[in-house]
Amino acid sequence: MTAVAEEAPALGAGHDGGGHDGAGHDGSDHGHTTNTGVSNTKLAIWAFLSSECLFFGSFIASYLLYRGRDTNFQKAGLIKTAFKPQELFNIPFTSATSFILLMSSLTMVLALAALQRGDERRFRIWIASTALFGLTFISGQVFEFTEFYQKGLRLSSGTFGSTFFVMTGLHGAHVTVGIFWLLSLYQRSLQGKLGPEKAEAVEVAGLYWHFVDIVWILIFTVVYLVPYHK
Amino acid sequence: MTTVEHSAVIAQPRPLLARPTKTSGWTSWFTTIDHKKIGIMYGATALIFLVAGGIEALLIRLQLWRPNGTILTAATYNQLFTMHGTTMVFLVGMPLAVAFGNFLVPLMIGARDVAFPRINMLGYWVFLFGGIFLYSSFLFGSAPNGGWFGYTPLTSTPLAHGFLPSRGPDFWAVGLIMLGIGSVTSGVNFIVTILNMRAPGMTLLRMPVFVWMTFIIAMLTLFALPPVTAALIQVYMDRNFGTNFFNAAQGGDPLLYQHLFWLFGHPEVYILILPGMGIVSETLPVFSRKPLFGARVVVMSGIAIGFVGWGVWVHHMYATGLGPATTTGFGIATMAIAVPTGVKIFNWLGTVWGGAVRLTTSMLFSLGFIAMFTLGGLSGVMHSIVPSNAQQHDTYFVVAHFHYVLFGGLVFAIFSGFYYWWPKAFGHFLSEKMGKINFWLLFIGFNLTFFPMHIVGLQGMPRRTYTYGAGHGWELLNQMETVGAFIIALSVLVFFVNVIASRIRNDVAPADPWDGRTLEWSIPSPVPAYNFLEIPEVHEFDDFWHKKYTEDEEGRLVRLPSGGSDAGQHEVSDGSHIHLPSPSYWPMVFALGLPISGYGFVFKNWLLVGVGVAVLMFGLTAWLIEPDTAHEDH
Repeated sequence: MTAVAEEAPALGAGHDGGGHDGAGHDGSDHGHTTNTGVSNTKLAIWAFLSSECLFFGSFIASYLLYRGRDTNFQKAGLIKTAFKPQELFNIPFTSATSFILLMSSLTMVLALAALQRGDERRFRIWIASTALFGLTFISGQVFEFTEFYQKGLRLSSGTFGSTFFVMTGLHGAHVTVGIFWLLSLYQRSLQGKLGPEKAEAVEVAGLYWHFVDIVWILIFTVVYLVPYHK
Repeated sequence: MTTVEHSAVIAQPRPLLARPTKTSGWTSWFTTIDHKKIGIMYGATALIFLVAGGIEALLIRLQLWRPNGTILTAATYNQLFTMHGTTMVFLVGMPLAVAFGNFLVPLMIGARDVAFPRINMLGYWVFLFGGIFLYSSFLFGSAPNGGWFGYTPLTSTPLAHGFLPSRGPDFWAVGLIMLGIGSVTSGVNFIVTILNMRAPGMTLLRMPVFVWMTFIIAMLTLFALPPVTAALIQVYMDRNFGTNFFNAAQGGDPLLYQHLFWLFGHPEVYILILPGMGIVSETLPVFSRKPLFGARVVVMSGIAIGFVGWGVWVHHMYATGLGPATTTGFGIATMAIAVPTGVKIFNWLGTVWGGAVRLTTSMLFSLGFIAMFTLGGLSGVMHSIVPSNAQQHDTYFVVAHFHYVLFGGLVFAIFSGFYYWWPKAFGHFLSEKMGKINFWLLFIGFNLTFFPMHIVGLQGMPRRTYTYGAGHGWELLNQMETVGAFIIALSVLVFFVNVIASRIRNDVAPADPWDGRTLEWSIPSPVPAYNFLEIPEVHEFDDFWHKKYTEDEEGRLVRLPSGGSDAGQHEVSDGSHIHLPSPSYWPMVFALGLPISGYGFVFKNWLLVGVGVAVLMFGLTAWLIEPDTAHEDH
């Protein structure tokens, strides 16, 4: 589903009343107006992200349903082993990588601002930093998954293993897609194909990137911060 | 599309990733991004799947012809009823709605195409490949067999110690995730098109009701598909990676699946029926020569259905024992949703009442829709009452109910739409004589098939069961149902014969054959590639009608001499100056990656998954860097 978001800068069929040869290829550019005043591309990414809310919402709801259940079931003698999330988590470490992910939203904003000013060199610096911060977050996640795996946590470890790995894994997949998206923008800028007039392409990628960050704030709170029963 | 100058072709070698140029001939259908052609492709493909789903239904009915039938084994029966439901919902109902939406929405709002023509093309190919992927499961002897609803833990238990000894549920989960991707892309496209690309003066409340209903189903699609996608991922993980989402032995909760599924499944019902409501809201005014009675109220009722539709899903789950507070709340919401639905029915009746009714085939189907849908709606309200629901749960009464809503509702409306818009799409009429045979056979066959199901259902005949014992008094009614099913099949056959015969006879249709009210009738039939020579300016609801007619002092209709049509202008100009986006190969390549990965996921062959992803990425990259137009020739 995520890959489709990258399609947003597709054609906006000539809705320009005809006669304007060559105009209206790029949905948003060339200054022709839409009924809402919001460009097609931007409206599409908002619609897509609203759909994604329900996608992550379903996984967060699943997590909340099963939160702490393994421990309770073990106490009741219904299952043999249960991992205690609070003993697995290294909250200072995950807080650090989460902070880095949030800071990547700041660099994303700076990248967009730089491109809108026409400063393509700074744009590339900021967009590369954003991708790098995202990559740092993903590395942190890989490290964390490896550590949990070594401590014995599996996809099949009760409901905690299942919900934790699948939800955070899908979020990580979204961040990864975002990193590729950012790198493709970097590449286009290097080729000189991403001037200030194309700033909206960056803005759309930014909306996706901020969305993925916000989802992480929710997941981080629900999974790591809210205390578990002993 | 402009014809390419030969000199330009010779002088410049075609660049790498050049876009295709052909806009006619059979090969052009593979690269087209024209919303009208894509709409027709959606329709044609959905009709083929309708035949497949219909054959499955006929086999089911043959098996139930007599008690203890032996035509099908229980295992085959499970595959057939699962694929029948899955096909009719995902490969027939939803694509037919997208077919009409694709063809009509840009024409009705005065646009040249949808907002994202290549994403539109992607949606079609994902649908086609997803459908083929699902049906290919028969070749592996692994057709889905856990019902179209795929309840856990039946479907989610791993293959090794599962209840369903085949890869059917994997095909089902992966296939539906794939089709969901296609649906979400078309939903986004419709929303952006409708919000952003309306002609000047086409305010939201001046939009035709069909466009409104398409907008509402696009919103519903956007929010309903993600929960089921999440649930299907969980089912797939449970089966293949040993997760415990629905494994009660490890603390999982199978009920979670039902909530996620029906949180999708009930809005899905409205995704299926609202396009039908949109179609009859267009045909009834035209064939009654009256404006749609309370058009704004019809729109508002549609919006109300769209909202309340999110608060009724538990009525599918009363038998799970969620407690009185929950079931009461959802019961009340289910009764409440009948109100806007009933309002619409009265609006349609008010439209026909006192009108100069023309009983064309399209009108017959629309009237049939009102009658059949009302019956289905009434048995639906019965289901909202919790104790009575518990009695009817999992019986043929429920089967009767939702076939009255979806077959009597949606399918009748779709046929009405076919007969109404066929001249616009293909430039010739469908035969009215055969159309009436088509209608009466369908009407009789439909009622003969599904009405007795109410009775056997109330007598306790269980659904989803491959046979029944003798001596319950169900024999005669089941035989009636089987005869009815074959009459339905005959009726669909008449429709196909009509399509072919009418094409040969070629009874040429003018631009405005029915004296229509909406913008698509102001342009020639069939519609030129660029749709509108001049983007129209809209001044009121039913604008085209008001351009044709005015009223004299006594309130009688008087036809204006100019007639309002711009069909004449099209003879003056061939529209070759209008720039249209070029066709493309890459959305299809992108879509092709999905089923390749899909087989990899089903058979746990990660190399194949990688190949699929590589194909997808290749298609995507080429898509993003291909030039905007075929040739730099202007």
